Amino acid sequence: MNDFKKFLRFAKPYWKLSLFSLAMLVAMVGFDLAVPRLVGHLIDQGIRQKNLSVVLSTSAIMLVISMLSATVAVLNSISSIRVGESIARDLREEIFVKIQRFSYGNVDHFSTAKLMVRLMSDTAAVQRLFQMSLRLGTRAPLAMVGSIILMFVTSRTLALTMMPIFIAGGIVIYFFSTKLEPFFRTVQQRLDRLNTVLQENISGARLVKSFVRGEFEAERFGAANENLARENIRVMQLMASMGPILTLLINFGIVLVVWLGGIQSIGGKLTLGQIIAFTNYLMATLQPLTMMTQLSNNWANGLASAKRISEVLDAEPEVPEAAEAAPLPEPVRGAVDFDRVSFHYNSDTSMSVLEDVCAHAEPGKTTAVLGATGSGKSSLVSLIPRFYDASAGAVAIDGHDVRGLKNDSILEHIAIVPQDTVLFSGTVRDNIRYGRPEASDDEVIAAARAAQAHDFIEKMPLKYETHVEERGANLSGGQKQRVAIARALICKPSILILDDATSAIDVETETKIHNAIASAERGTTVVMVAQRISTVLNADKILVLDQGRVAAEGTHRELLKSSEIYKEIYDSQLGAGVRHGL
Amino acid sequence: MAYETTPSIQDVRSSFSRRNAGRPTKFETAADPRKALKRLFGYLTPFKGPLALVTALVLLQSLLGLAGPYLLGQAIDKSIGGKNVASLVTTALLMVISYFFSNSFNVVANWRMARISQQALKNLRGDLFSHIQSLPMRFFDTNPAGGLMSRLTNDIDAINQTVSQNIISLLASVITMAGIIVSMFVLNHWLALASLIVIPLMWWFSNFVAKYTRKGFRELQKNLGNLNAVAEETISGFKVIKAFRRNDSAVELFRERNAAVFKSAVYANSYAMLLMPLTGVLGSFFVIVLASLGGWLALKGLVSIGMIATFINYAQNFTSPLRQISNLYNSIQAALAGAERVFEVIDMRTETSDEGSAATAVTAPSIASAHPPKTPADRAAATVAGSAPAAPSITAATFSLERFQGNVSLRDVQFGYAPERSIIKNFSVEIQSGQTIALVGPTGAGKTTITNLLTRFYDIQGGQILFDGVDIRDIPKKTVRRAIGLVLQDTFLFADTVLENIRYGSLDATDEECVRAARLAEADHFIRQLPEGYATNLSERAGNLSQGQRQLLSIARAILADPRILILDEATSSVDTRTELRIQKALLRLMEGRTSIVIAHRLSTIRDADKIVVINDGEIVEQGNHGELLERRGFYYHLYMSQFKGNEI
Repeated sequence: MNDFKKFLRFAKPYWKLSLFSLAMLVAMVGFDLAVPRLVGHLIDQGIRQKNLSVVLSTSAIMLVISMLSATVAVLNSISSIRVGESIARDLREEIFVKIQRFSYGNVDHFSTAKLMVRLMSDTAAVQRLFQMSLRLGTRAPLAMVGSIILMFVTSRTLALTMMPIFIAGGIVIYFFSTKLEPFFRTVQQRLDRLNTVLQENISGARLVKSFVRGEFEAERFGAANENLARENIRVMQLMASMGPILTLLINFGIVLVVWLGGIQSIGGKLTLGQIIAFTNYLMATLQPLTMMTQLSNNWANGLASAKRISEVLDAEPEVPEAAEAAPLPEPVRGAVDFDRVSFHYNSDTSMSVLEDVCAHAEPGKTTAVLGATGSGKSSLVSLIPRFYDASAGAVAIDGHDVRGLKNDSILEHIAIVPQDTVLFSGTVRDNIRYGRPEASDDEVIAAARAAQAHDFIEKMPLKYETHVEERGANLSGGQKQRVAIARALICKPSILILDDATSAIDVETETKIHNAIASAERGTTVVMVAQRISTVLNADKILVLDQGRVAAEGTHRELLKSSEIYKEIYDSQLGAGVRHGL
Repeated sequence: MAYETTPSIQDVRSSFSRRNAGRPTKFETAADPRKALKRLFGYLTPFKGPLALVTALVLLQSLLGLAGPYLLGQAIDKSIGGKNVASLVTTALLMVISYFFSNSFNVVANWRMARISQQALKNLRGDLFSHIQSLPMRFFDTNPAGGLMSRLTNDIDAINQTVSQNIISLLASVITMAGIIVSMFVLNHWLALASLIVIPLMWWFSNFVAKYTRKGFRELQKNLGNLNAVAEETISGFKVIKAFRRNDSAVELFRERNAAVFKSAVYANSYAMLLMPLTGVLGSFFVIVLASLGGWLALKGLVSIGMIATFINYAQNFTSPLRQISNLYNSIQAALAGAERVFEVIDMRTETSDEGSAATAVTAPSIASAHPPKTPADRAAATVAGSAPAAPSITAATFSLERFQGNVSLRDVQFGYAPERSIIKNFSVEIQSGQTIALVGPTGAGKTTITNLLTRFYDIQGGQILFDGVDIRDIPKKTVRRAIGLVLQDTFLFADTVLENIRYGSLDATDEECVRAARLAEADHFIRQLPEGYATNLSERAGNLSQGQRQLLSIARAILADPRILILDEATSSVDTRTELRIQKALLRLMEGRTSIVIAHRLSTIRDADKIVVINDGEIVEQGNHGELLERRGFYYHLYMSQFKGNEI
């Protein structure tokens, strides 16, 4: 409920429209409830008294009422839709803006897929909740209460006999809505299982085919399929039972009215018109009852979604900007210092990724970070642009602690080529220019040339205008990496971070890229993470990381002499070959 | 070709939760709804008997439902009007009976129908799955897994929603409406005629609204797709956007598309929501017409009051199915559009169609007298004849996995993914049983394509690939693939236990055999450190396995499979070099005595190969062993030297 309260504030700007919508609803229910009474009046006063003018005038009144009811209903619909959609729009925007303000750690915490669900599905569920509440939600109880009151007005004794039926109806609804919930969850689990198998067979098609496991997979799918069908049948049978049971209850009510009302009528205590009106009211309660069950589902879904959305909205950026943050003073030399830095990801406090790291990257020089997977290389470089904050110690650029700087001013001088290449839909040119939107076409080409991407781009049918498909599906891994490098180079950064950015590029091309960076981007501090020793051979300084600590530091020649780990890596990749080949 | 991106289990899992978010951008209307409907109904034909029963039940239910209002009229006129308590009791009793049976039949029909529709859907899902499974590799290479997946789950879900909930109510509605019209005419044709005026009015109105609604929803669907695309791209690319400080332009684009969604949503829903209240109002209009006309007729003595009550009751029963149908309209449209896309996949050509010529009998393991040579020495002895097949008389009909020696020859192979762009040109290599050959060359030279051809994921367009002298196009694909073990750069693990993931290599392997394979693959040590050892479920923990550990598992799988030919496609390139040392050790063990084809751009991996084949632009530039090629000072020499003396190039 607390979460829902938070969401009422999204309705706040639209409270007038919401109130209007509700007023229309009340009017509509009022008009609807008047009809059975008028019918009763028409029968008793008009037909039985053989009074034609009463028949005609009552009909006329009913006609007017139905027109008014229609108008009011349409106004209610339109206004409730406007409120619901406005709230959904505002929510989506607020969530999206919030996400854009997140730090890397926040996104790690939520994961892309979850954020997508919050943004699209959860907002839709909340919107439905608002919209339904303004329409059916309030209408059903209003209509029910109205009908019951009018039943009492029509005949107190008859209305009292209806009470057990209403109570029974309430029990049925309660029973089903509580009973169904766990069933729905089981169905969801079965569905997930089915989708897992399907997904595995799509993503792992190569593996399934190469091991000739078609029949085995068909069996797995068959089992999952059978289980899902069985569970679905159970839920559907349960659901299908509720409607008829409720209908039967109301039908029994009608019989009761006819029977008891009939006896009273014969005794002269009740008129025929009243009996007819009464049955009509009973019929009118049937619909709200079934609507209520639909609504309880909506409520459960909407509230769960609201809760998930508020998790996102309440999350604070993990890397907050200090109030007195200053911009990075220009000109930027590009010196990077790590002073006794320790680091662990917030999601996993038990495992320290970096421990007591001291390092220095000279301005204008190339510093390479080498080490096994999981030794903390990527984490180390992601501290420089303050994607994460160190848990202890300090990271400084040109001697300024990054925590005292404006985040944007840091990023202005840093370009990064991440480990997983992300390209955006658009042309190749758009993707390269993404680094600096105001760059000229010549600059785009120059950056592509330096990244050794120009040649393959020129070979594509539309060259720089070639459309990059979703997730760069039409480019190979190496091509994507080269476009990503061009995107970073076009920024002309003071500090360039290459996070294992050439893993899918052959050594020869890689060398050319490094040469191009070295010659064209003079004055750029390059910090690169690598796994291949050939990548780091020519670095001015190599930092060897081992389990989050600096194991050795120096040039290639120095390390060959001094570092056991470095020598081991070197031998495994090249050493033996050098002896063999030369 | 970008095959490298096989999603991890994590991606697999996350894509379920994305199910609702990843709505297809296509319009939610079927291009040919009638055809899709017909095929969907095809899935119901196996259930003709049960369906007939359901129809009978619904018919009975609807007819008994009609009896209620009639009896009500009788009660009012004869019993109450006639002040006859005895007849009142019998009428009330009859009403109870008819209502009870009507609703009971309804429950039974619903239960039956739930079974039928879910069985039919199960069959549809099964058809879809077995079809997807038999689609050629080209399909998977050209369709991004995520998109395909969300499309299929969404579409099946849409069909499920509609079919499961609506068939009965649709049927009941139609029968009830027809029944009501008939009963009305039987009871009183004047009142019936008056009621009929309302029907065309409703019809016309629903059509009018539906026209705008359809247009509106199509527009909304398009805008939602656009919004979804921006959201998906900007959230998955969040880190890059942040790094390049482009958050503001992302927000701006999002805001723009969000506004478009809002506008079209208000438009579409406003029209759609007209239908509900207005059919309701038309319903009360119906009652009013009946009451006033009936009242006038009653005054003339042409109808009784009970009759009016009956008619009003009928009218109320009449409008609720109508309302339901108009409600169903959108979901039926969505279901048909979904069905159309599902059938689109089912109609794609499968890859099994080419196996007619191949002798299928060979796929069954023939426990022949000749056991395969067990040791490398045996196998080498068996192939003294060199590249020529060991048994010269082997033909496609007698080729068997058990006797396969592992001689592979590629002769003048030609291939291109698109016919006009040839990737592999005049490619000829002889690989003898037990040899290790390495394919070397720059990115995009065509190395991975060769493995695609050897496994018959794609068929060559010219030349020949021979296994022991038999053209592999004459050998069933299944047999070809059983002969080959693939270890790829991106390992694919299933959402199952470690043990089952290893057992995937050979389904009838015992637990001990799986553990032995893991030990040979140097994986046993780390597996035992997992919380539940071999029973650890990877669906929850795959993310915590390092790339190297995943690779070791896939090597254990390949060891268990015990293939004659082993293909290692960049098997160690995403692993750091110290881990690689361990993997290398496992790989050497795996390669022992097998024909091995190794692809790597890290030249250190392939120094010890019997033969190194250097490829550039789909053609063989050089071949020979490491020493020979270095002496030649050609392409290989340059590639090799560039690895540690980069600046010289």
